[in-house]
Amino acid sequence: MSIETPLRSEQETTVQRKPMLEVQDLVVRYGHGRKTAAAPAAVDGVSFTIQSGETVGLVGESGSGKSTIGKAILGLQKISGGSVGFQGEDITHTTSGKRRAIGSELRAVFQDPNSSLNPRKTIGASLAEPLRVRGISAAAARTKAEDMLERVGLPREAVDRYPSQFSGGQRQRISVARALICEPKLVVCDEAVSALDLSTQAQVLNLLADLRDERGLSYLFIAHDISVVQFLAQRVVVLYRGQVMESGPAAAVTENPKHPFTQALVAASPVPRPAEQAERRAVREALGVRTASAVAAGPGGCPFRQRCPLATELCATERPALRRMGEADVACHHA
Amino acid sequence: MIPTLPATTPAIQRKAALTKLSRHRLLASPAGLAGTLWLAAMITASLTAPWWLPFQTEDQDFTAVLSGPTATHWLGTDELGRDILSRIFASAAETLGTSFIAVVVGVGLGTLLALAAASSQRGEGVISRVTEVMMSLPGTVIILAVIGAVGTNIPLIMAILGVLISAGIYRVMLGQAKSLQNQLYVDAAKVDGLGPLAISARHVLPGLATTIVVQSALIFAVGLLIQAGLAFIGFGPPLPQPSWGGMIQSASQHVYDAPWLMVPTGVVLALTVLSANAIGNALGKGPNDTASHLPSAAIRRKRAGQAVAAAAAAPAVGNPPAAGKLSVRGLSVGVDGGTPLVTDVSFDVEPGIVLGLVGESGCGKTMTALSLMGLLPSGVAVTGGQILWNGKNLAAATDKDMESIRGRDVALISQEPMRALDPMFTVGYQLTSAIRRLRSMGKAAASAEALSLLEKVGIVDAKRILKTYPHQISGGMAQRVAIALALSGRPRLLVADEPTTALDVTVQAEILSLLRSLVKDTGMSVVMVTHDLGVVADICDQVAVMYAGQVVENGATASILDDPRHPYTLALLAADPHANSGHDMPERLATIKGQVPQPKDWPGGCRFAARCQFAGSACLVPVPLLPTGTGVGLVRCVKADELATEGLAWVATDVPSDLSPELGVPAEVPARHRLDIIEKDMA
Repeated sequence: MSIETPLRSEQETTVQRKPMLEVQDLVVRYGHGRKTAAAPAAVDGVSFTIQSGETVGLVGESGSGKSTIGKAILGLQKISGGSVGFQGEDITHTTSGKRRAIGSELRAVFQDPNSSLNPRKTIGASLAEPLRVRGISAAAARTKAEDMLERVGLPREAVDRYPSQFSGGQRQRISVARALICEPKLVVCDEAVSALDLSTQAQVLNLLADLRDERGLSYLFIAHDISVVQFLAQRVVVLYRGQVMESGPAAAVTENPKHPFTQALVAASPVPRPAEQAERRAVREALGVRTASAVAAGPGGCPFRQRCPLATELCATERPALRRMGEADVACHHA
Repeated sequence: MIPTLPATTPAIQRKAALTKLSRHRLLASPAGLAGTLWLAAMITASLTAPWWLPFQTEDQDFTAVLSGPTATHWLGTDELGRDILSRIFASAAETLGTSFIAVVVGVGLGTLLALAAASSQRGEGVISRVTEVMMSLPGTVIILAVIGAVGTNIPLIMAILGVLISAGIYRVMLGQAKSLQNQLYVDAAKVDGLGPLAISARHVLPGLATTIVVQSALIFAVGLLIQAGLAFIGFGPPLPQPSWGGMIQSASQHVYDAPWLMVPTGVVLALTVLSANAIGNALGKGPNDTASHLPSAAIRRKRAGQAVAAAAAAPAVGNPPAAGKLSVRGLSVGVDGGTPLVTDVSFDVEPGIVLGLVGESGCGKTMTALSLMGLLPSGVAVTGGQILWNGKNLAAATDKDMESIRGRDVALISQEPMRALDPMFTVGYQLTSAIRRLRSMGKAAASAEALSLLEKVGIVDAKRILKTYPHQISGGMAQRVAIALALSGRPRLLVADEPTTALDVTVQAEILSLLRSLVKDTGMSVVMVTHDLGVVADICDQVAVMYAGQVVENGATASILDDPRHPYTLALLAADPHANSGHDMPERLATIKGQVPQPKDWPGGCRFAARCQFAGSACLVPVPLLPTGTGVGLVRCVKADELATEGLAWVATDVPSDLSPELGVPAEVPARHRLDIIEKDMA
């Protein structure tokens, strides 16, 4: 099973080149030793690609496997099946030694600004770490850290301070600075703005967009909030219990969702306009999607079938393959 | 609040941070201070012993055998006329030194094993099995066997003791090392390509420092006692070399004819062991161990007194409100030290109405909500104003009054449903006991009521859920149970503190629908704290927008969200990515420069002025909450009507590269203040 990359006309020329990131039939099972094979898959046959300069959003609820995919790409989670290719190189099972080589090009921004920086180290020490690992002198690393802090809108003096002296939004900017300090090609943002307030969230989202435009970065933007994903991503991949439900251009998926789960997800995301929200609520209630606390579907078939208003017997026996519907790919027998 | 450090070099700062942590706790507790002083004195005295001791350990004074304290022999003499003081301190260096061997070996080995186990799952399996075997070995027998084989080599015995103890240290350290290993900054370091060794050394070991120090102090005491015990049974240093255990042993033979002999050595040994334990205790106790989220009885009594006084000072309200009506008048909440957190907040909630308190973190919305319940955290109290519920001022109510109101009249749902549920009891037990307590029902009636409550909150298989424990149900289900628990006393007012923030959006939509239908069915009112304007649009009839401890805009939800008058509300809506979708999504979101100011930095004038695009000289004086020009709702902005007539919108601004406006304070303020953490919630 694989997703055809929906191509926009201006990207036609880049098709010939190797994609920035290519995830093929990724399977991740938790546990270790013999128990792994028997464990249910947290990520179950997920494929997608990210082209150079493109932002792809991974969206899904808790337990959808979106963060696990990010961890697998970063080498923080053992991969049980499938492959991950980065700039044409297979990095499915790289060791920490080889990670160091690609680590400057493949970076990450994590969710929690409170724990993504070591509280016992100065900002300068945290920012310099990726550079020091690569043999850059302490003085040069410090200058680079100061430049990068200035770029994300913080004073240069911040290098000598500790994370506790900064607010959540400022700490998240420092995390962005840490990810970008060694000029990466691809940044995995795992719920990078979820813990922030509206105004600081907007600041960090704008910063990420500015840096992307300035440096031609690719992002894998992982979030539970489809509106936030849509702001930054050109393409969106919607996950449910470790499987891709729908993928396609961000505007098409959010404005005209085809899969019953994507429809439910979009309709449940509240908008700050009372009249429009009342309409959304009516749409959501009309969808007839069953409660999330319904019993989890067993293996085989469609993972969403217990909650799905369209489910038939076919959905219990056969896992729906992704098929092209309009601009998007949808994994549903009945959509 | 986090103290700011003066600007210094990193090395000095690191040192200062380390010593600050340990020294603070040590000196804060009298036992810790006494222990440190005693141990420091012992170490100094034993190291300098050769220069000041009045006698050699072997010097015998046959004129004073078994004497008590005299001018010549300050602590008396033993059965051979040897000076006790000299013997205690001559042997102290070795005793303390060899105990330290046990500390270094035991804590060192235990820490290394824990670091190794935490960094590799396979390693953990092997190391844990080995340490289990080590812990099952009979330590005393092994030590005696070693003495039998190699003689009384005290340093070697202490090293072996260290190895035996290391298994226990490993157990203590492992959990902590594993949780540090799971921190996101460790993940970030792995992405950098750092190997497991470098991660253990740079990111995990520093986090174990406190535990290492505490364990070292305890092991040191154990080493002292074991040495004394061995010497007592004859396995001390070879005679006539003095040792504490040996001296106690010889004193025990003269316990009838010279009881004093036991005192000096016994006291020194006991005090040294106690000191080591006291230091360990002082260091191990976290600074917040005694603080809980509920205030202590004494503080609450004091607070009740203050509140009564404050309420008495407040002007009387003309018409007592109707039943089921909440009316908050000029409410102020502050830290006991005097810093205000909420000032002059007023709003009304009619029966059957949902009021939203909305704003960013640090705006005082949670403090306002908790004050309605009388559940403000320790050290925070209502400092003025009235909370009128059915004509009764809750701000002046005593603890006892609040107990009869809480749960029955006013109930709370919190952000974390799991915190409302006790993991030790089944859902059914918790629900029925709440119903029995609040409604004085019999057991059978309460069980039936619990079942119907669960059905009322939309749980389909209520019978099964009654028998489950909280950890067996999902977050959404737990929030439904928490709502059922809140409903068990048939409250007329529900305070909901971010009830859907921790939930998935599809579950959030279900919980909001549930709350809406409960309000419709029961006619209760809800005060809903949230940061999500979409949630406000969905469920709230009225909304009070809060900023920096004040209500800045208050009125009907439809008028405020569709036609906001306060620049802060305008800006929040412009910064919200949910306001747009599909092809309407802007290239950049509007931002508000800087961040919510800390309570101590609130300006005298409009508190939003420093971040406002429209601010002018008129904004430097305090602004009252006044009716808008159209008469719909209240707004706290001198320019509100002007902005409305000119149809001004909050314009999108880029992330400023200019530093001072970014940090929300004027450029002339020293950098140290600019970096103050601002949005740290007092809760």
